[in-house]
Amino acid sequence: MSLTSDPPVGKAAASDAEREDYSALKVVPVRHPWRWAAVVVTAVLVAQFAHGLITNSGWEWDVFADFFTTRTILKAVWITIQLTFYGTALGFALGIVLAFMRLSQSPFLKSVAFTYIWAFRSIPLIVQLLFWFNLTYLYKRLDFGIPFGPGFFSFDTAGLVGAMSAAVLGLALHQAAYAAEIVRGGVLAVDGGQLEAAAALGIPRLRQLRRIVLPQAMRSILPNAANEVISLFKGTSIVSVMAIGELFYQVQVIYGRNGRVVPLLMVATVWYIILTTVLSIAQYYVERHFSRGATR
Amino acid sequence: MTAMVDIRSVHKSFGSLQVLRGIDLEVRSGEVAVVLGPSGSGKSTLLRAINHLEKVDSGWISVGGSLVGYRRQGDRLYELREREILRQRTRIGFVFQNFNLFPHLTVLENIVEAPISALRRPRKEAVRAAEALLDRVGLADKAASYPRQLSGGQQQRVAIARALALEPELLLFDEPTSALDPELVGEVLDVIKDLAHQGTTMIVVTHEIGFAREVADTVVFMDDGRIVERGTPAEVLDAPSHERTKAFLSKVL
Ligand SMILES: Nc1ncnc2c1ncn2[C@@H]1O[C@H](COP(=O)(O)OP(=O)(O)OP(=O)(O)O)[C@@H](O)[C@H]1O
Ligand SMILES: [Mg+2]
Repeated sequence: MSLTSDPPVGKAAASDAEREDYSALKVVPVRHPWRWAAVVVTAVLVAQFAHGLITNSGWEWDVFADFFTTRTILKAVWITIQLTFYGTALGFALGIVLAFMRLSQSPFLKSVAFTYIWAFRSIPLIVQLLFWFNLTYLYKRLDFGIPFGPGFFSFDTAGLVGAMSAAVLGLALHQAAYAAEIVRGGVLAVDGGQLEAAAALGIPRLRQLRRIVLPQAMRSILPNAANEVISLFKGTSIVSVMAIGELFYQVQVIYGRNGRVVPLLMVATVWYIILTTVLSIAQYYVERHFSRGATR
Repeated sequence: MTAMVDIRSVHKSFGSLQVLRGIDLEVRSGEVAVVLGPSGSGKSTLLRAINHLEKVDSGWISVGGSLVGYRRQGDRLYELREREILRQRTRIGFVFQNFNLFPHLTVLENIVEAPISALRRPRKEAVRAAEALLDRVGLADKAASYPRQLSGGQQQRVAIARALALEPELLLFDEPTSALDPELVGEVLDVIKDLAHQGTTMIVVTHEIGFAREVADTVVFMDDGRIVERGTPAEVLDAPSHERTKAFLSKVL
């Protein structure tokens, strides 16, 4: 009896007569009794949980419904989206620059980028945000002009760095450190032969990066970048320490007034879930776009 | 005929490893030179130096009358900027052992990319030229495919078409068939033979002795960073004068 699908010809011919014929027999699949037990237990737990959510009056679903789409909450959701968008856009723009600095041949650029990444990954975001918020205390005026020389324009920092821009700045600078490493990882994952072929064809340097390297790097950048965007999105709740009216802050303000903590936390939670879902769906389509040519 | 490629006492080391130890070689316009030699003898390094993918330590290389990687002014050689080097490379086609096609671009996009971005050809014109080239390498129906959807032999033919799209005056092939299954080698060699018959100047590194015998005007045998022997296929392949050439040929034949 042979396990291969095409047995050696000579042997098969010799033993043809004595080979058994299994084709008429019925196939019985393997049974998994423990799997069924686990399914039953889990189903009971899920049902209990759902039952609790619906029947326990502590959740106060009526309060939830009242507040879910009020103007204040919608405005707060919009601010959260803005923080995420600007934080991501600026963070990744700076991150790409830092990544290419780290990949460059210049020891100076390399070490500046390395130091930046080291510093911003070391300082907790919340500490950093409070620093930015108190920028006025550190630098009273910003001067634009010849470095170390006379200034042409100047601003009072109090007017320049409002709470919102301080928050965006903090989120973006923090994000840039992580984005840089993600982009660098993606670029390193592109086969060196690709750049070599592009160079051999005389394709201009910037075009090599934009047209050949980055689209291929995107495949490994995207899953990590999506993680970052989603965690930044939820991380915006930290900004509530700066009294910015984003979702989590606004919810706190409201339950501070009416004392309905649980349903209002649920308002925030459900909004976070909805928007994360939207981001995940977007991720799917963006990844699909960049996987062109990746499979047969 | 004039020298298309002129290589003079080229030396190159990687750290303490001397890879090229004084290479002198001339390839005339329209000539097909086949470079043979054992692994590690410096064949790839030499080809890459001709295209300035590798900078030489001393000596010089000129292609089509202009120095590769440098500009002469009076009694000085100025190193070219990257942009000028890139422009020089558009006159030299390079075909890699591993094809190095761009996997995220279709076959057609692979071919038109350099003419459009490096030579600033109008897209329409580049596409028309690319279609003609695909036809020439027998892949007219694969324009919209992605490289991974093609066999190795087809990919290498696309890579050749991509190199030809710049209308180079010199073609360099680095073991164009070594990554291919034996039954696919023929289709790629046929394309290269065609080019040879049309008078394209090329330098081909290969282990295909039969191809060398049939197509080469000159066979060059390299060993340990030096050119040991050069001559017509009949001279080098059938009546080698050096022991090392004999030893090598007895192994590959
Ligand atoms: N970038 C590099 N850094 C260090 N050593 C290198 C580098 N490129 C090539 N070498 C070394 O130089 C020597 C010659 O390499 P080369 O690739 O030119 O050989 P080859 O004749 O093409 O061999 P093969 O037939 O195996 O392709 C080898 O010993 C190789 O290890
Ligand atoms: Mg080689």
